[in-house]
Amino acid sequence: MTRITVNVDGVEYSDDVEPRTLLVHYLRETLGKTGTVVGCDTSNCGACTVHLDGRSVKSCNVLAVQADGHEVTTIEGLAETAGSDGKLHPMQVAFHEAHGLQCGYCTPGMIMQACDLLKENPDPSEQEIREGLEGNLCRCTGYHNIVKAVQQAAAAMATDQPEPAREEVAS
Amino acid sequence: MTITEDNPTAESSQAEVGRARRRKEDQRLITGRTRWTDNVTLPGMLHIAMVRSPFAHARVTAINTNEAKAARNVVAVLTGADLKDVQGANANAWPISADQVTPTHLPMVVDHVACAGEIVACVVARSAAEARDAAELVDVDYEELPAVLDMKEALKDEVLAHPDLGTNKSAFWQLDSKEGGTGDDVDAAIEAARTDGVVIEREYRQQRLIPAFMEPRSVVVDPTGEQITMWSATQIPHILRFLLAATTGVSESKIRVIAPDVGGGFGGKLQTTPEEFIAFAAARQLGKPVKYTETRSESLLSGHHGRDQWQKLTLSATKDGTVTGLKVELLADLGAYVALVGGGVPVLGAWMFNSIYKFPAYRFNVQTILTNKTWVDAYRGAGRPEATFGIERMMDELAAELGLDPLELREKNWIKHEEFPFTTVAGMTYDSGNYEAATARARELFDYEGLRAEQQRRRASNDPVQLGIGVSTFTEMCGLAPSRVLGSLSYGAGGWEHANIRMLPTGKVEVVTGTSPHGQGHETAWSQIVADRLGVPFEDVEVLHGDTQISHKGLDTYGSRSLVVGGEALVLAADKVIEKAKVVAAHLLEASADDLEFTGGRFGVKGTDQGLGIAEIALASFAAHNLPDGVEPGLDSDATYDPVSFSFPHGTHLCAMEVDTETGATKMRSYVCVDDIGVVVNPLIAEGQVHGGLVQGIAQALWEGAEYDENGTLVTGSFVDYTLPTAADTISFVTDRTESPSTTNTLGTKGVGEAGTIASTPAVVNAIVDALRPMGVHDVPMPCTPERVWRAIQSGGSTRQVESSGDAQPHFDPAAPNQDTPETEGGAQ
Ligand code: FES
Ligand code: FES
Repeated sequence: MTRITVNVDGVEYSDDVEPRTLLVHYLRETLGKTGTVVGCDTSNCGACTVHLDGRSVKSCNVLAVQADGHEVTTIEGLAETAGSDGKLHPMQVAFHEAHGLQCGYCTPGMIMQACDLLKENPDPSEQEIREGLEGNLCRCTGYHNIVKAVQQAAAAMATDQPEPAREEVAS
Repeated sequence: MTITEDNPTAESSQAEVGRARRRKEDQRLITGRTRWTDNVTLPGMLHIAMVRSPFAHARVTAINTNEAKAARNVVAVLTGADLKDVQGANANAWPISADQVTPTHLPMVVDHVACAGEIVACVVARSAAEARDAAELVDVDYEELPAVLDMKEALKDEVLAHPDLGTNKSAFWQLDSKEGGTGDDVDAAIEAARTDGVVIEREYRQQRLIPAFMEPRSVVVDPTGEQITMWSATQIPHILRFLLAATTGVSESKIRVIAPDVGGGFGGKLQTTPEEFIAFAAARQLGKPVKYTETRSESLLSGHHGRDQWQKLTLSATKDGTVTGLKVELLADLGAYVALVGGGVPVLGAWMFNSIYKFPAYRFNVQTILTNKTWVDAYRGAGRPEATFGIERMMDELAAELGLDPLELREKNWIKHEEFPFTTVAGMTYDSGNYEAATARARELFDYEGLRAEQQRRRASNDPVQLGIGVSTFTEMCGLAPSRVLGSLSYGAGGWEHANIRMLPTGKVEVVTGTSPHGQGHETAWSQIVADRLGVPFEDVEVLHGDTQISHKGLDTYGSRSLVVGGEALVLAADKVIEKAKVVAAHLLEASADDLEFTGGRFGVKGTDQGLGIAEIALASFAAHNLPDGVEPGLDSDATYDPVSFSFPHGTHLCAMEVDTETGATKMRSYVCVDDIGVVVNPLIAEGQVHGGLVQGIAQALWEGAEYDENGTLVTGSFVDYTLPTAADTISFVTDRTESPSTTNTLGTKGVGEAGTIASTPAVVNAIVDALRPMGVHDVPMPCTPERVWRAIQSGGSTRQVESSGDAQPHFDPAAPNQDTPETEGGAQ
């Protein structure tokens, strides 16, 4: 067991973990951050994507001990405030608006990766979006509306008008 | 961004049906507040790891579990011998013939392994990691048996998949238009064409596919309450509950099945699985909650596969291109067992090979076959994509043979819009459709003439990159299904659907549906339907599903049935609520029920401004202080709808592919589809279904295929080798709709879930073949990898099957973004 201290979604956690524990399992099983999911065992699907010190990583490809002393943001910490009435990140709004999700299983990873993509390249072409999401698989949407969502988020973030704050996007 | 569409106050008078409502279910899914089965954790819960056979065919001679049992935190190691009397069975619900050969499918093998990945033992431990570690310590002795892997080889019955059955032939099924009185003799039609017309004969391979839903299957069983509760990543909680009870002997009333958030299915979760039954047995045996979650590799190997047919097709026509007959001879590999509806999947093609064309004579034969591979069952489209591929490829072949434009040839033969309702040569009555309208719109959006001109230019200039145009004018039958028809086919259940509407005293509405969505957006669409019908706000409707204790009655979600069957059940239930409310309203308003009219959620007395809203009536009925004599309190209503017919969506799909004749590389240039899915409840959701369906169908054409080696080992056993398309592999689509309302249901809807998958595969392959026709190519086997395309070009029109190494395409570039290890990413030094 190794003692690690990790800041996850703005909260500091300190735990003893087995050295072989993957970050995704630490998040899901130790911290109960089940918003981040596992879709494969070969680092191909990207369902587990989170931000580590602000950059996207596949959390099935990172050991929990490697996150020691670092900051992790998951889908659960992306909105400004947690909870159902929290102000959503423009990327979350865009996925909802553009119907960029169906079953939603790929969505946490897809949104986290898309945020990283826009951070690198705030004004991507369609092809750049498609290539930037290549490490994240979605079986439901055919990617069409995911690409649209990222375009919409890019536009919203560029004008610095990240969508009028809406209390309840699901309405 | 159009926010106005979301703002109910701005457009409150607008009907809900037809409106592009953003989905209710999104809020949780985009913030990570999800309830996947693997998220469920219970006090004292134990974890299961499976020990699977590496051999395709073997006898288990001994299992030594001592070392595993002694491992840290292992609670139990269970083998077939331990579970054989309690584990139940994985049933086949649709025997397609009276004498179908159906091997007994035990969840855990007792002594005979019939395919790689079958479970021979399981370890139950306090953590998943400890269970997995100990599974490695279970020592199984196998006596390897010869495996039969190729379905044509299996037909010879030389090597048997199940030696005790004496044959690999499971069942034979036929539909013949002459015998059935729905058409002429197909052999005579073909003979006539041989002398005085054209006969096209082809053999096509429908490769084996893997559904590959993104959420791996997971099951949690809690035996500690009065009912045994199972959470499962399933499409079919109701059917699962029934089959658990029916095959284990546990009373159905003691079993509760919950399908919480389910991450995709595509038919792949239309199954009762060995893993579910083993978890159920282990939990009962140990008296403790257990969880099993598969790895992706286990999922690809042991979740059922789809497709896998050989199609021998003979089409006859007159010299002017009028079709006269179609003969279909199918071989269908079922794998090691006849899965839940596995044998029936190819049979669903029987009514679809003739498609939208007026064949006067038709015969469909299918022989199902057992091999030592993973069992095969429904995958998006189930039987209809295979049929659509066959007929749409054949229509292109006929057009090429006669030198006709493929769209003109189709138009010559399809059912004209004024001919509906039309009873086909297969005996199905199509209620409505307009192939002319969909095709005209698709041509225009695609710029068909412009692309044909470009194709000519490229041909004339010998451009190394040739352009091909692929056509697919498909129809399908969905909305499973009229119970009487299912009964006549010996299917093990009915095809109805159930709904319950509860009018709460606060004016809110709970809708309970027997459908079981896993990405389709039923919570949103069902709310729209009920909001319209009852005149209540969309926001006030809550849709409940996927728990057999809440939704006690249902037949779940598959076969594009949820809207056309389940949606109609909602309408019936809502109408019953209105009927009940009317009696109360008349009483409270002191008016005759005949003088009331119900509009916009309000009962008004004709010719006055008096009236009562349905919420007020719900409260009055709840309070029950002042009800007419003999009227029960409450407005809640149940309805069960049994469809009178199948649903027949159709559409015209056009695909342009660029083919590099030097490398075999292909590139999709554009894809246009115009679908007629009747009346649309939510265009946003419908379009999303089309997009996702398209990519699954395109993936069959270009990338996917489950490949086994000569030992029966699945070589495409991970996402490295089973190449799902990525965002970078695909393009944005042009989609549009025409609308011929269905005449067999009140909403006028048709199914949409499978349409894209059914239509797109032949459109893509037709485009590739069209590009290469001048080089003498008239087929490329799927998936049309660059290697296969290149070989087809090299073989210069040779008709023999192009062999492939079966190698996966290089797909995941290690240098691509988000593929980095943390070290190179610089995240966690
Ligand atoms: S679970 Fe991490 S990439 Fe698939
Ligand atoms: S929405 Fe289902 S996998 Fe992407």
